[in-house]
Amino acid sequence: MKIGTPKETAQGENRVAMTPESAGQLQKLGHSCLIETGAGDAAGFSDADYESAGVEVVKTAAALWKAADIVAKVRVPDESEMKKLREGQTLISFFSPVADEAKMNKAAEKGATVIAMEMIPRISRAQKMDALSSMANIAGYRAVIEAGNNFGRFFTGQITAAGKVPPAKVLVVGAGVAGLAAIGTSTSLGAITYAFDVRPEVAEQVESMGAEFVYLDFEEEQQDGAATGGYASVSSPEFREAQLAKFRELASEVDIVITTALIPNREAPELWTEDMVEAMKPGSVIVDLAAEKGGNCKLTVMDEKIVTDNGVTIIGYTDFPSRMATQASTLYATNIRHLMTDLTPEKDGVVNHNMEDDVIRGATIAHAKDVTFPPPPPKVAAIAQQKKKEPAKELTAEEKAAQEVAAFKAQTKNQVTLLAVGAAVVLGIGLIPGMPASFMQHFIVFVLSVFIGFQVIWNVAHSLHTPLMAVTNAISSIIILGALIQVGSSSWLITILAALGIFMASVNIFGGFLVTRRMLAMFQKS
Amino acid sequence: MENAFTIAAYVVAAILFILSLGGLSGQESAKRAVWYGIVGMGIAVLATLFGPGSGLWLASLVLIAGGAAVGYQLATKVEMTQMPELVAIMHSLVGLAAVFVGFNADIMINYIGNLYETQGLVLGAVDGDGLVIGLPKEAYDGLSAFGKLIAKKSGVEIGILRVELVLGIWIGAVTFTGSVIAYAKLAGGSSMLPFSVDTGAKKLPGGHLLNAGAAALSVLLLIVYLSGGGSWALVLLTLAGLFIGYHLIMGIGGADMPVVVSMLNSYSGWAAAAIGFSLGNDLLIVVGALVGSSGAILSYIMCKAMNRSFVSVILGGFGGPAGEQMAVEGEQIAIDADGVATALNEADSVIIIPGYGMAVAQAQGAVSELVKKLRAKGKNVRFAIHPVAGRLPGHMNVLLAEAKVPYDIVMEMDEINDDFPDTDVAIVIGSNDIVNPAAQDDPNSPIAGMPVLECWKAKQVFVSKRGQGTGYSGIENPLFFKDNTRMFYGDAKASLDKLLPMID
Repeated sequence: MKIGTPKETAQGENRVAMTPESAGQLQKLGHSCLIETGAGDAAGFSDADYESAGVEVVKTAAALWKAADIVAKVRVPDESEMKKLREGQTLISFFSPVADEAKMNKAAEKGATVIAMEMIPRISRAQKMDALSSMANIAGYRAVIEAGNNFGRFFTGQITAAGKVPPAKVLVVGAGVAGLAAIGTSTSLGAITYAFDVRPEVAEQVESMGAEFVYLDFEEEQQDGAATGGYASVSSPEFREAQLAKFRELASEVDIVITTALIPNREAPELWTEDMVEAMKPGSVIVDLAAEKGGNCKLTVMDEKIVTDNGVTIIGYTDFPSRMATQASTLYATNIRHLMTDLTPEKDGVVNHNMEDDVIRGATIAHAKDVTFPPPPPKVAAIAQQKKKEPAKELTAEEKAAQEVAAFKAQTKNQVTLLAVGAAVVLGIGLIPGMPASFMQHFIVFVLSVFIGFQVIWNVAHSLHTPLMAVTNAISSIIILGALIQVGSSSWLITILAALGIFMASVNIFGGFLVTRRMLAMFQKS
Repeated sequence: MENAFTIAAYVVAAILFILSLGGLSGQESAKRAVWYGIVGMGIAVLATLFGPGSGLWLASLVLIAGGAAVGYQLATKVEMTQMPELVAIMHSLVGLAAVFVGFNADIMINYIGNLYETQGLVLGAVDGDGLVIGLPKEAYDGLSAFGKLIAKKSGVEIGILRVELVLGIWIGAVTFTGSVIAYAKLAGGSSMLPFSVDTGAKKLPGGHLLNAGAAALSVLLLIVYLSGGGSWALVLLTLAGLFIGYHLIMGIGGADMPVVVSMLNSYSGWAAAAIGFSLGNDLLIVVGALVGSSGAILSYIMCKAMNRSFVSVILGGFGGPAGEQMAVEGEQIAIDADGVATALNEADSVIIIPGYGMAVAQAQGAVSELVKKLRAKGKNVRFAIHPVAGRLPGHMNVLLAEAKVPYDIVMEMDEINDDFPDTDVAIVIGSNDIVNPAAQDDPNSPIAGMPVLECWKAKQVFVSKRGQGTGYSGIENPLFFKDNTRMFYGDAKASLDKLLPMID
């Protein structure tokens, strides 16, 4: 198959969907690669670089769209590109099925296949193609760098001969990929970093990056991020109030605010209100990574940097990845290359568009003249459910009750069967004609002991199996009682055998218990 | 025969034993639990010495003291790595003691029988009311406590008694030879026995038929013995039991030894319980049953961990492969200490998978040192313990505990298996089958379906191993041929000692 990458048409877009390196890898899959002349210039890849990697350089976009079976690009195609899209062609690009619904319908009508990079499911297997994450990572890093560029002080605190410099305080709102990248960059520059997220389970990740998680004084069971594929969901009004109150408290303290809060397919929530901006110190910087979706701060102007009356800089750029075009292109091209690897399972240059595959199905929004959005839920859960004290909310009370009843019934059935078999065996032995009562008395003791043994041993910790063995070994030398009872006999043979028995059993008693104690004494906590 | 005080003491002892086993549910309570066991045993022995066993109490005490000296020597001298062998050899003592006690019971029955004959009576005869016709008072009073017990029994009871003692002797005999062979296999070169045993699975020609034959012979001999065949039948029966114990364990490979040891543990318990029946001693029955059932459950837990049926383990080694096993492609790439040190210095998270090789090389101290150094640098270091790592259940936990590795970084397989993909370096120290990806990938592998530690999902795997040979089970391990695996050849301890100074 021929994979072609045109020059991006959007203003200010410097990225390119294919790099010489990724082209080399794609060729190993049996594909051939095309590129429009000058496509990689802005990202630092010249036509000559592509040619030496074995990529055919095509003069015009039209020729490229005509020749390529698969078109890989960064931005959603514009109107003229949509016209060039033809039947049987596959388009791989960022493509929001909600915002660009009309284009999606049109592509489906034409019979083209569209794979939207946004729609790659967030499962472990698909992480290597998750372009949103790789772009978010860049955005988070760049956001801190841009903030630093507009911030008049050091990030790190210093005590110099020329005076003391306090460290900058950075607040990162939203600890997704971009937020975590921002936290990492900010802490490594030396700033005191706080982070907030509506998903309490990310606190650990935040702390692992070296930032302090801002906890709310609020009692509400937050919906587990795992239920929504790892993304945040809408929170209740009460929760929002508590959150805003906390931010108001922080506003006068922090020097830099980086907001990254996005909810999939919705307008960005307002988290940094005008009064918070007013409360901030002059010279402070706000970087609003949600500017494209209306911004987490309502003062944000998309694609622009403004300074408020009280001297707070608000950065609303939406092209952070494009500002680091070389890095962004390398990562994006690698994401596409991984996607192609999944699409070409035999490595023979033949694309097998397997609609049974979770990842491919999830990302495909138009295929075989049909709109295939939204996809069915993936078979693999994105993130393992966090352990909760209370059972998952998805189950209604009735379902839960029914489940419990079923489990209880199965358990009861098991137990009753075992009991019936056990009782039958015991009764059977009791019914044997002539069975003396003295035997049955001992037999009851025996059965009860076996029962107790079974009950007790299941609880023994795995790591204590060796001590258990040593203890049971030691107490199995209870056989010494038999020898002790017999040793006083009048027969010398009995006495000798019994004496040997006593000796051996006592070796075992002392050896067994001593060894167990030695072992247990060694187990210690850190 | 037992006065009320003895029985009361037995009740106390029995409760202490149950608490002792139950207390092993946690590391801290286990320390208390051992004391329960010790006190329980003390009470039981003392009560017997003052009660029914008062015949030769001084001699008994001397013998116990002698046994204590030997036991003390054994328990304090033994290296923690030799724990499996020690447990195995001690089982053999219990088995042998059970055989002796069982024989004594038989001799006593014969003796009482003769006594009855000299009085012109028949042992076990009953009068019209179903009451046992006893010995004249002066003859009865001359008997030992055990003799009196038998003298009071009816014919049916004597029959049951004989069945019980045969069971006790037979199981004891199987336990004895089985444990000796298990000891020899586990100890390998350092065995104290005059003969050496091949550690692989070896069967005499005839295999399972021979075992089945010996078992059938045992049943036949039991019938002969019960119908008055005399003590020779009992001796032959013991020999059959000894043979089965020997041949059964010879047929099981070293890798299955954890199951074997716990199974023998269970047997020694059942033998004690059977003897308890024949002696009419409830405490013996209680403790025997506790030990028996605990050993059985342990064996079951371990078989489940290996995804094998208990029967197939007992009947000897791995079943033959169902089809052609996958050929392993690629080559094993070696690495030196320098390379390992560099990777470890750069890693953030490390998981160590110890196995029997670590025990053999006595490397647990060096491993602990390495962990201490890595943890001091803020790296996340954990241990992944497979349920059947080593030669005894929980073997690795004990060794690591000895080396002062804190037990909260020692994880079970299920706790840690999902973490391998996020791990920078996995170090396999002397384990093989438990990290064999063939268990998941190759349906024809003899260990197919056995849960394994998925260490190959870590970014980099180092395998510390003596040489290129296969492990105990003789199965090729594709892990060693994977792209992200590097082989760190050499004795585990020597390798680690070389590695340690390079970690900074």
